[in-house]
Amino acid sequence: MSATAAGDPPASKAETRFAEATQLQLTWWRFRRHRLALASLVIVVLFYAVAAFADFLATNDPHATDARRSFIPPQGIHLFDENGFNPHVYGLRGVRDMRTFKLAYAPDESRKLPVRLFVRGYDYDLLGLFPTNLHLFGVQGAKPGEGIFLFGTDQLGRDLYSRMMVATRVSLSIGLAGVLLSLFLGVLLGGISGLYGGWVDTLIQRLIELLRSVPTIPLWMGLAAALPNTWSVTQVYFAITLIISLIGWTDLARVVRGRFLALREEDFVVAAELAGASQGRIIFRHMLPSFASHVIAATTLALPAMIISETSLSFLGLGLRPPAVSWGILLQDAQNIQVLSGAPWLLLAAVPVTVVILAFNFLGDGLRDAADPYG
Amino acid sequence: MLIYVLRRLGFALVTCLFISVLTFVIIRLPPGDFVDAYIANLAASGSSISVDQAAAMRHEYGLDRSVVVQYWNWMSRVLRGDFGVSMMWRRPVTEVIGDRLWLTMVVSVAALFLTWVIALPIGIYSAVRQYSFGDYVFTMLGFIGLALPNFLLALILMYFGFRYLGLNVGGLFSAEYVQAPWSLARVWDLMKHLPLPAAVLALAGTAQLIRIMRANLLDELRKPYVVTARAKGLTEQRAILKYPVRAALNPFASSIAYLFPYLVSGSIIVSLVLGLPTVGPLLLQALVAQDMFLAGAIVMLLGVMTVVGTLISDMLLMWIDPRIRLEGR
Repeated sequence: MSATAAGDPPASKAETRFAEATQLQLTWWRFRRHRLALASLVIVVLFYAVAAFADFLATNDPHATDARRSFIPPQGIHLFDENGFNPHVYGLRGVRDMRTFKLAYAPDESRKLPVRLFVRGYDYDLLGLFPTNLHLFGVQGAKPGEGIFLFGTDQLGRDLYSRMMVATRVSLSIGLAGVLLSLFLGVLLGGISGLYGGWVDTLIQRLIELLRSVPTIPLWMGLAAALPNTWSVTQVYFAITLIISLIGWTDLARVVRGRFLALREEDFVVAAELAGASQGRIIFRHMLPSFASHVIAATTLALPAMIISETSLSFLGLGLRPPAVSWGILLQDAQNIQVLSGAPWLLLAAVPVTVVILAFNFLGDGLRDAADPYG
Repeated sequence: MLIYVLRRLGFALVTCLFISVLTFVIIRLPPGDFVDAYIANLAASGSSISVDQAAAMRHEYGLDRSVVVQYWNWMSRVLRGDFGVSMMWRRPVTEVIGDRLWLTMVVSVAALFLTWVIALPIGIYSAVRQYSFGDYVFTMLGFIGLALPNFLLALILMYFGFRYLGLNVGGLFSAEYVQAPWSLARVWDLMKHLPLPAAVLALAGTAQLIRIMRANLLDELRKPYVVTARAKGLTEQRAILKYPVRAALNPFASSIAYLFPYLVSGSIIVSLVLGLPTVGPLLLQALVAQDMFLAGAIVMLLGVMTVVGTLISDMLLMWIDPRIRLEGR
């Protein structure tokens, strides 16, 4: 083991620093060297920040419909006008297409709507606690039907940008809740499996193998379709979380079991046993700290699968139900090629899905490498 | 070896049983039973039946018995190939499913082969030329494949195909062959339509497999016997392909077992986007209409299909890897 493996401390002091470092420090030094994982960590934190302050970042009420502004293309913000710096978007003017007689909105370059920071908009509860109507940015002096539509609007005239902000909250939290539930199941069953061995281990291992050999999407679809129509949005939300995690726990259980089996033979565990430590103390005081990092890494790697599952189910119309907004529900609007060819911006909801899944993958990889600081 | 085969076979049977129980649970999950749904159906078309008639029907279908007896009855009919009647189509379930099951199979297997064909050479290349430009490009592509859910990829491809090439990329058959009976021309038409859905399905699995292949081969390449082979003057090609690649192939073959359920699963949702005539769209319709016998039959058949696929991959693994073949002795 060389001192350089510890990161960037100078060579002379490196030896002592490395030897005195706690496990957490070692893990952090090692993780820091993985630039991509570090960048991914920042991205993930940003995404969760968006989730926490979704309504503050939104510009329009994500649920407000307006038939007149259906399918407005994304509007660019113009930073300058003849008077210098004056960010603005153009107002909208109804134009009737004389061939199809369809009323479409076109930018009205004679009307400028100034874009300002910290404007008042629709009412919401900041962090679910403080009622306010302050938004990060927005337009001033808009007539009804007008506004700022950064990513365009959907068929019902709802602002896609604002909906994506709010969807982030639902999609990320359902992933997190699902992963926590599978973590609980995985640690419990994997721990029992690895700790007791014998027929209990065989039974649980066979169960895992069974669950893994069944195609998941048809199963999820069947379970999700059975949720009663009368259930509220919250009930459906928790039911979907449960359904997704019922199958997702198997990977985590395998990791936990593997670590248990490996650690059981380690000298320090045997020593603790001989010293007369109770089983609970051995598990929580001696074994848990040395495999916690592995479990965290496996959890991070399990999150993208959860997010994809929710997105897929909602995309099929079997997951969350409107008025809930998630990335899957946004993409549901983009299912149809006729709609898509007229309003390709609806596909923008695919971008956060891809970015966050990629970020979680890199982050998980980095964590997995860092989990073994002596490796 | 025989013991190994028997053990895998036994496990496959248990899995099938497990799937059948799950399927039965799914069939029974929605509130109300078959007769309730039937009455609702009749009411929608204006007619009705009396309470006595409903009770008689329940008795005839065994719905007044215990759950275990019902499961047993359902299971014994399924084993005889009778999946019940689809309420939505008013035809036997087997008839409604028809060709769709085989087409699902064809798409999934095609995706599996494509995964191998792409992942094997790229995996070898990435390991042999580790940290080269090509390695980075493929790693990057692999990550994108991992991060982009396949139905999104299908949507994006469909949009670009429509927008810039002016073609409708969906479907498995050209218009003139959709209803046509099976013929060589129809099979050829299917072959021509297969690559796109297969590629869409294969992408994520390929990314995974490349990473596994690369890691395995890197481990093998560092072993002393490779150095010996080179020292003895074997050509580079021979020194790599003859032994390390073969040794690295084992986990590659075992990955089929988990890749296949994943592909079947993915084909359901990709079929919906691309409008493929597989069981996917049918399953969604059946679930939305609560046509539970049809939905249950599809879930069950898909499950059994995956089990058969896994079994085949196990046998294949045994054929490739002597360590497994000799284990039972």
